Amino acid sequence: MDTTAYLLSVIAVAAVATFLTRALPFLLLYRWAEHPMLKHLGRYLPPVLMVLLLMYALKDALVTGTQLLPSLAALAVVTVLHLLLRNPLISILSGTGLFMFLTQTGLLG
Amino acid sequence: MNSESNTSALRLSLPVLFGYIPLGAAFGVMFSELGYHWLYATLMGVVIYAGAGQFLAVGLLANHAGLVEVFVATLLLNARHMVYGLSLLSSLKLSGSRRWYLIYALTDETYSLLTMLRTSCETLRSRLQFRIAALNHLYWVMGCTLGAWVGGQIEFSTAGIEFTLPALFLVLAIEQYRAVRRPRIFFLALVIGALALLISPDNMLMLSIALAVSLLIMAKGGVEWTRLRIF
Repeated sequence: MDTTAYLLSVIAVAAVATFLTRALPFLLLYRWAEHPMLKHLGRYLPPVLMVLLLMYALKDALVTGTQLLPSLAALAVVTVLHLLLRNPLISILSGTGLFMFLTQTGLLG
Repeated sequence: MNSESNTSALRLSLPVLFGYIPLGAAFGVMFSELGYHWLYATLMGVVIYAGAGQFLAVGLLANHAGLVEVFVATLLLNARHMVYGLSLLSSLKLSGSRRWYLIYALTDETYSLLTMLRTSCETLRSRLQFRIAALNHLYWVMGCTLGAWVGGQIEFSTAGIEFTLPALFLVLAIEQYRAVRRPRIFFLALVIGALALLISPDNMLMLSIALAVSLLIMAKGGVEWTRLRIF
């Protein structure tokens, strides 16, 4: 598959999956809204998923150790800023800025 | 009433404008790193229209993930939208294409604005719901386009911009911790993730998600069984 076809397929699949999550309750889920298993998954799947996605996004650093120190430093900054200010944009942009600075200048390897 | 609902939809959606332009632009800049034309970022903003979902899509594209993986990961990442839909079932009186558009455009931010609508007039509420959804969508597409277009032009090196992705997931994880407050759940997720990385880094996401879902179902099953025994 050439790269444009691949990109378009990924966009289409992601669009359908996103729409499904928004439309399902209106289509059929309301019947089972109170099902204990659905409530259980709805409560605990999001936190688990965020941790897994975080690890997935850091896969290369975790597996090969490349840029591990800059990643950890930037994650620490994101955590502290977010606990203090609770402003997602400030936390994300500061952490990313620090990571870009550390990796581009070669500080911390 | 027409112009009245126009101004109030605009006023209500202003905070989202200030959030969506920079966040959409961050996505756009990150997307431009992949080397595709900026118009594809616009397309993603229009048809996917999900913040975390689009950031994840960039990560998946960069890793050349398979389409099944894209489907499952996006579905689960956005699973929280289902909760929004459930709580809106009764207050959504729009019909036909406008109804489907609103469902399609139901982001976290749009949802939170819709829950704040207090008007008792049904016609006005429906009109506001639709306009807020459309305005927010417009802001997001503007942000995505701007970021991808500027990202392709700027002189300074954007190497490392992809850190936006883990930073976003960390912020979402902290927010989840504030809501759930169960350290064991987070510890379990870390163990599952590490295990999946050890077994197969290439299939880490699918493997860990499958493990996590099965474990959560089994844990609940255990509780149900004990309940049955007690009563």
